[in-house]
Amino acid sequence: MNLSQRVSGVLAGAALALFTLPLWADWQLNLTQGITDISRRVYDMHMMVLWICVAIGILVFGAMAISIVKHRKSKGVTAATFHESITAEMLWTVVPFVILVAMAIPAAKTLIAMEDTSDADITIKITGHQWKWEYEYLNEGIRFISSLHSDSREAAVLDSGIDPATVDNYLLEVDQPMVLPVGKKIRFLLTSNDVIHAWWLPALAIKKDAVPGFINEMWTNIDADKVGIYRGQCAELCGRDHGFMPIVVEAKTEADYNQWVDQKLAAAEEVANSADREWDMAELMEKGEQVYGSTCAACHQASGAGVTGVFPALAGNQMVLEDIESHIDVVMNGKLGTAMQAFAAQLGDVDIAAVITYERNAWGNDTGDVIQPAVIKATR
Amino acid sequence: MNAYATHADDHHDHHGPAPGLMRWVTTTNHKDIGTLYLWFAFIMFFIGGFMALIIRTELFQPGLQIVDPHFFNQMTTLHALVMIFGVIMPAFVGLANWMLPMMVGAPDMALPRMNNWSFWILPFGFAMMLSTLFMEGGAPAAGWTLYPPLSLQTGDALPFIIFSIHLLGISSIMGAINIIATIMNLRAPGMTFMKMPLFVWTWFITAYLLIAVMPVLAGAVTMLLTDKFFGTSFFDAAGGGDPVMFQHIFWFFGHPEVYILILPSFGLVSEIIPTFSRKRLFGYSSMVYATASIAFLSFIVWAHHMFTVGMPLIGELFFMFSTMLIAVPTGVKVFNWVSTMWRGSLTFETPMLFALGFVVMFTIGGFSGLMLAMTPIDFQYHDTYFVVAHFHYVLVPGAVFGIIGGVYYWLPKWTGNRYNEGLGKWHFWLSTIFVNILFFPMHFLGLAGMPRRIPDYAVQFTDFNQIATIGAFGFGFSQILFLILVVKCIRGGEKATDRVWEGARGLEWTLSSPPPYHTFSVQPVIK
Amino acid sequence: MAEVARGHYFVPEAAKWPIVGSIALTLIMGGFAAYLNGSALGSKFSIVGFILLVVMLFGWFGTVIRESESGTYQPWEDMSFRLGMSWFIFSEVMFFAVFFGALYYARVLSVPWLLGEGTGIETHLQLWNTYSEIWPTNGPGDLGESDFHMGWWPLPFLNTIILLSSGVTVTWAHHAIKVNHRAQIIIGLFLTVALGFLFVYLQGVEYIEAFHAGMTLSSGIYGSTFFMLTGFHGMHVTLGAIMLTVMLFRAIRGHFTPERHFAFEAAAWYWHFVDVVWLGLFIFVYIL
Repeated sequence: MNLSQRVSGVLAGAALALFTLPLWADWQLNLTQGITDISRRVYDMHMMVLWICVAIGILVFGAMAISIVKHRKSKGVTAATFHESITAEMLWTVVPFVILVAMAIPAAKTLIAMEDTSDADITIKITGHQWKWEYEYLNEGIRFISSLHSDSREAAVLDSGIDPATVDNYLLEVDQPMVLPVGKKIRFLLTSNDVIHAWWLPALAIKKDAVPGFINEMWTNIDADKVGIYRGQCAELCGRDHGFMPIVVEAKTEADYNQWVDQKLAAAEEVANSADREWDMAELMEKGEQVYGSTCAACHQASGAGVTGVFPALAGNQMVLEDIESHIDVVMNGKLGTAMQAFAAQLGDVDIAAVITYERNAWGNDTGDVIQPAVIKATR
Repeated sequence: MNAYATHADDHHDHHGPAPGLMRWVTTTNHKDIGTLYLWFAFIMFFIGGFMALIIRTELFQPGLQIVDPHFFNQMTTLHALVMIFGVIMPAFVGLANWMLPMMVGAPDMALPRMNNWSFWILPFGFAMMLSTLFMEGGAPAAGWTLYPPLSLQTGDALPFIIFSIHLLGISSIMGAINIIATIMNLRAPGMTFMKMPLFVWTWFITAYLLIAVMPVLAGAVTMLLTDKFFGTSFFDAAGGGDPVMFQHIFWFFGHPEVYILILPSFGLVSEIIPTFSRKRLFGYSSMVYATASIAFLSFIVWAHHMFTVGMPLIGELFFMFSTMLIAVPTGVKVFNWVSTMWRGSLTFETPMLFALGFVVMFTIGGFSGLMLAMTPIDFQYHDTYFVVAHFHYVLVPGAVFGIIGGVYYWLPKWTGNRYNEGLGKWHFWLSTIFVNILFFPMHFLGLAGMPRRIPDYAVQFTDFNQIATIGAFGFGFSQILFLILVVKCIRGGEKATDRVWEGARGLEWTLSSPPPYHTFSVQPVIK
Repeated sequence: MAEVARGHYFVPEAAKWPIVGSIALTLIMGGFAAYLNGSALGSKFSIVGFILLVVMLFGWFGTVIRESESGTYQPWEDMSFRLGMSWFIFSEVMFFAVFFGALYYARVLSVPWLLGEGTGIETHLQLWNTYSEIWPTNGPGDLGESDFHMGWWPLPFLNTIILLSSGVTVTWAHHAIKVNHRAQIIIGLFLTVALGFLFVYLQGVEYIEAFHAGMTLSSGIYGSTFFMLTGFHGMHVTLGAIMLTVMLFRAIRGHFTPERHFAFEAAAWYWHFVDVVWLGLFIFVYIL
């Protein structure tokens, strides 16, 4: 056995050991098969192409290996002189072409199926924001924002001292998941409020960009027996917290889904009614801290100190301290050309009133101003 | 290309270079300028590598340990820009400068003063680019692709990065024009196009790609500039534009750019493998046609970088089919390389090792490329670490290994000294092992669902990320060996013969090692 | 490529101008970038850089002209210059192609999508359901609040005639060079330059007309593509006219022979290039 044979033997052994170690059992090495017909077709195609590649690889690398082992000068081989062969050239042009055609046909079929969004039972509009998702169930009239769970947000700070392993579903948990019924064709309308995001749920094998000013469409139909929670992430760089806007989908039976819809509607009505009453400072501060944490802290930081040169500090901020009208205006209408969004569309009157009150009274900003939800309602 | 008859170089023009620093600033000599390009690329390689190590260190474990996410994004952006425009492209131009005139029997590059300018724009362009790190709002953090509207949120850095790209573009276009003029006008009598060495051919085709697409990039970033500062709405739906339009324009540049980054390496490998197989290149003319086909196809496949933007179905189908077609000419190349080795008389000096590493690992990158070409499954791969693994396989053990192989191949010619073969082999084996430890696990990460360009990740991705980070440090530090080896080789060592390698063919090997300052002032005649 | 006679290829000695050019470009661009960021110093850097660039161009081209006039260049070197210039012009063609491409994209894809055509149904219904303007358009956001349309009559048509005529006069001058008819060279070049600057002037008149109607770069995609295309074209016409002016002065000083006058040809090629771009503009921006 010469050196190269010995080396390749050792390598093969090591590779075998690597893949049979029990340690690897809980590591996901491959694509998920997913929970829909489409996702399984995608998986099968992935495996088919992979095996075709492996087969070609064995041929090519095998030929190379034989050359390397046998056709070496140290074995006293003198070089042959051939340097062309029309037959061989034709063969390895035509054969790969045929293989490609064989791959392209099923791929085209699957693609056509994936792009057919007609006859949907439910339509959900997904809007990307820096850095959270907004889900609007168009027929049911439900709308809510889904952002990173506060446990993850607290841990995902430079030198937070919190071990991510102790956080449940670190970076893959949200405050309010999207809820979908199984066995229904669901159409998603995808757009964005600021920059391009991408909505991706591996289990559904769908991913599309959320482009501001345009609507992209995609669809899914979850298998009836695949009730459960599925997780994904934003898949298009969308700024500082691109890594911190997960997607969580809860697949429910139709009955559970309908129940969830009713609960959501009832809760929304309650919030709408509460805007008309007078709120006191303590109530607003409590609510405000909560809204600030999920909506504002990603940029302006929990301490209100902002990030120098990127996101302005709110603690000690002149506008916050002195100019109520501008403050309300910026929060509701955003600031053009910056990451500051128009929150009028995203937050309710109570939330906006509470968060402005909070910003004007937290971190030493002791203005004592109390902004009533009614004021915000009137400003709209 | 078997029978070269050459004149001995005449002694008409043998004045040496001017002494001192000004020699390098004002030189019009293709060898000097080649040297400048290569050292520039080498320095930038370490700068870009340092950025990569910051990225990999942050990704060593979940949670945020060393950098803020905003800075992380700056690092991924600059790492890419530096490696693409500051390392691979200048290294190729450096090799072209050194070797093309010597390979085609030309006295120098066709436009020597412009040649100097092509190089001397680069340090200024990169100074401007790297200076953005110290600006209000930091360096650009929207990825090297600079997609709007995100890139329009960049702070003070935006106009600077746009103008630095303009500078690099001007440099590239001038360099490409020079290469085309040299090849078309300065070939030695009798060296017909179909007798040109493949490195010359691949660069010839690359130069056309450069001239065709660098202005496209310039146009795209100019629109970014006017959208930000002059109120245009190319990329704003409210004005009738479309953010996705930028991506179309960008990738119309970007895909040919991808081949700009690999075709010269194809050429290098096609020089090296025949030499160390002691056998002529198999299928020379099909290599040329395959390269030309790849270049042509590169103009009609761009949208496969953006299958998820929501193109109409017909577009997705077209770009899937056209992309899959690229596998055919690329396959032809790989098969030809293997056939060149077949029944040759192989030896395994360092250049050959790097060329073999190239063939294997570039092919692995090619396979994942084929997988990515399939639109329905690309929806799963797109913007994940699977893509990161793919393009790093074709760029690092692909393009960069080709460059390193080329440097080893010609280093004895340039310096007149043989490099330390033992050290070279260490460099190869360490690089190869670590580069796989670095990039192979990324396939698994991507398939398991880890998006790219994130500074922090869910805990189930930890193990593979740690392996990759270990590989990154190993690979990075292995390159210090290369630096040591090159410096040692320049300073001395066993004298190299003119031919250097037993199996070497081609005009450059008829010159002395090192070659005189001016070569082929009277052109050789090729029969 | 025709085989050219080969002797000794001229490789110049050390060149000092390129580094000056690099510094000039850096100052111009860096200064402009700083200006855009609101720095007061920025424009000063740009002006210094621009002066330096002009000095560099005089120095560099002056050297080349002196070498040319002293007979340094033979047809072999000449061929390199020809290749250089033609591929430079090709790169310029690609630069314009981008903006034509943007115009095409807006008219054929993005605007129809916003209007609800093809895959844009939901885009229209959900986001822009009041938008109905086909072309010219300032977009569904009604940016700049102007829907002024620049017609092809009369100014652009007149400009087309002017630019085409200048193409004829420059060719006339070229014929004169080939037979060494000095007066005709100078008259032909003078007419070309004059027509060129007349074109730029009329383009300025047209811009003022547009501004008065409220149309600017900020008037949505129509204003963006209109001004960027015609603006970059106007800059190239100006550059071409300056190149031809230099040729005029060289002709007056007795430069160029029937055999060797590449600089003139380069400028003429460039002029024909801006001519052809204009025809594209006239058709795609003004008529269609």
